[in-house]
Amino acid sequence: MAIVGGVILVVMIVVAVCAPWLGTIDPEAVSPITRLKAPSSAHWFGTDMLGRDVYSRVVYGARISLIVGLAVALISTVLGIVIGLLTGYIRWLDPIVMRVMDGLMSIPSVLLAIALMALTKASVGNVIAAITLAEVPRVVRLVRSLVLTLREQTYVEAAIAAGTSLPRVLMRHILPNIVAPLLVQGTYVCGSAMITEAILSFIGAGTPPNIPSWGNIMAEGRSLIQIAGYLILFPGLCLSLTVLAVNLLGDGMRDALDPRLARRM
Amino acid sequence: MIAYVVRRLFSTVVVMAVVAFVVFSLLYLTPGDPAAVIAGDIATSEDIQRIHQRLGLDDPFLVQFGRWAGALAHGDLGTSIFTNLPVAQLIGQRVEPTLSLTLCTLVVAIAVAVPLGVVAAAKAGTWFDRAVMAFSVLGFSVPVFVLAYILIFTFAVALDWLPVQGYRSIHEGFWPWLRHLILPSIALGTVYVALIARMTRASMLDVLAQDYVRTAQAKGLAPDQVLLGHALKNAAVPIMTIIGIGVALLISGAIVTETVFALPGIGRLTVDAILRRDYPIIQGVTLIFSAIYVLVNLAVDLSYAFFDPRIRY
Repeated sequence: MAIVGGVILVVMIVVAVCAPWLGTIDPEAVSPITRLKAPSSAHWFGTDMLGRDVYSRVVYGARISLIVGLAVALISTVLGIVIGLLTGYIRWLDPIVMRVMDGLMSIPSVLLAIALMALTKASVGNVIAAITLAEVPRVVRLVRSLVLTLREQTYVEAAIAAGTSLPRVLMRHILPNIVAPLLVQGTYVCGSAMITEAILSFIGAGTPPNIPSWGNIMAEGRSLIQIAGYLILFPGLCLSLTVLAVNLLGDGMRDALDPRLARRM
Repeated sequence: MIAYVVRRLFSTVVVMAVVAFVVFSLLYLTPGDPAAVIAGDIATSEDIQRIHQRLGLDDPFLVQFGRWAGALAHGDLGTSIFTNLPVAQLIGQRVEPTLSLTLCTLVVAIAVAVPLGVVAAAKAGTWFDRAVMAFSVLGFSVPVFVLAYILIFTFAVALDWLPVQGYRSIHEGFWPWLRHLILPSIALGTVYVALIARMTRASMLDVLAQDYVRTAQAKGLAPDQVLLGHALKNAAVPIMTIIGIGVALLISGAIVTETVFALPGIGRLTVDAILRRDYPIIQGVTLIFSAIYVLVNLAVDLSYAFFDPRIRY
C-alpha cells in the first residue's frame, strides 16, 4: 500500500510541475460567455462562475497543496528539531519552552491558523507560516521525548566521557537516531497541512481567491452546489487522493521502521 | 487523589494563562500594523486610527495585556468591531447549534467507534478487521467538507431523504432537530470514528496478548465476558486519551461543517468574523474553544483512576 501511495504522490508532483503542458489554459483566464458549463470535451471538468476552466485550475491547484504540505512539513520539522534538541539538553529552558508548547497545543490548530490569518494579508507564504506555527509544538514534543531517552543511553554517556563537545554529541549521536521517527511524523504533518490549507481557503482565510488552490475552487462552488456540483467534486477528489497517498506512505514507513507496531496498527 | 486533582487543576490554570497570553500576543507577533489589516484595503487613516483606539493598540504591551486579562477575568471577551455588541453575548446566542452538533457527533462517534475497534481486534486478520482499517485510513484522508458534500449530493440532492442545509432548534421538536443534524454529524464524526476505532483496536490487541486474558479464557469465561469485562476495561486508558485529544478535530471540523450545512453556530460566527476581519470575535472564540479543549482533557485525565484503580496519584 505504501508503494501505491508513493506512486500516486509522484504522479501528483509530476502533474504539478508539468501543469502548463497538460492541455491546460491560463487558470485565471476569465470567459463570461462560457460560464458554469458542465464538464465536456472542451472543458473536461467544466467551467466556474467566471468561465474559468476548472480542469486547468485543479491541475495548477496541485502546486499550492503540494507546496504548502511539503513546506510546512520541512519547516516545522527543522524548527522542531532545533527547539526540541535545545530543550532536551538545556535543563532550565525545558519547563519554560514546554509550558509555551502546551499552551500552543491547547489551541485547536485550525483555530490558531485562522487567528493568524485574520491578522495578516492573505498569501501562500502567510498560510505556510500560520500552519507551521500550529504544527511545530507536536514535532517539539516528539523530538524532546526522543532526546530525553537517548541522552541516558550508554553510548551518549561514553561520548561525553570521552570529551566530545555538546554540538558534536547532538549532531553525531543524537540526531541520526531521531531521523526515522521524524520522517514518519513529517509525512503526517504534510497530510494534515494540506487539509488545513484547504479548510482555510474554503472558509476564506487562506490563499487569495485569485490563486487556484483546491480549497479556493471548492469555496467558489459553495453557493452553487445544487447546479454545479463538479466545482466541488474534482478538487475534493484530488485533495482526498493526495492526502490518502501521503498517509499511506507514512503508514508504510512507520511499519518498515517499527515492525512491532506494524502488527498492531 | 485530592492532591492530584488540585495539582492537575493548578497546571490547567497555567496552561490557560499561556493560551490567553498567546492568543493576545498574536496581535503583536504578526508583521505590520494589525489595525491596517483589520480595516481593509479601502480604509482611510481615520478608520485605522479608530481601530487603534478601539483595540487600545497605542498603549504599552503589558498595560494592554493587563487590561485585557482583567476584563477577561470578569467574563468580558471584548466588543465586536462590526456589530458593536459584546463578544460573549454574540457567542452565547450561537451556542445551541454548535453544542447540538458536537455533542451528537461525540456520543454517536464513540458508540460506533469503540465496538468497531473491539470487534476488529477480536477478529484480527479477518476481512472485517481489514475493512475497519481501510475505513480508518480513508476517514483520515477525506477532509470533512469533501465528505459533507458527498453526503449532500447523495442523501439530500439525489435521494432527497434529508434536508440539504439549515438548522431547527430542539424547541421546534425533536425529529426536525435530529433530521437536520444527521448529515452534519456523519460528516464531522467520520474522522473521529476513524481515530478512535484505530486506537481501540491497537489497545485491545495489546491487552488480548496478556496472560490474564489467557487465564480468563482458560477458566471458561464466555468470550464476551473476556472481551468486555477483562480486555476492554484494561484497554480503556489509551482510548480515553485519544477521545480527549480528538476533541480538537471536532472543534476544527465544526467550523467547517457549520459553513457547509449553514448551521447558525459559533463556527459560522467565526467564518463571518474572518470575512469582516472582526478580530475580537476570533480571539474570543479561540479562547473559549481552547478552554473547552483543555477542560475535556482534564476530565479525561481524571477518568484514568476510574478505569485503572492501580493509578493512585
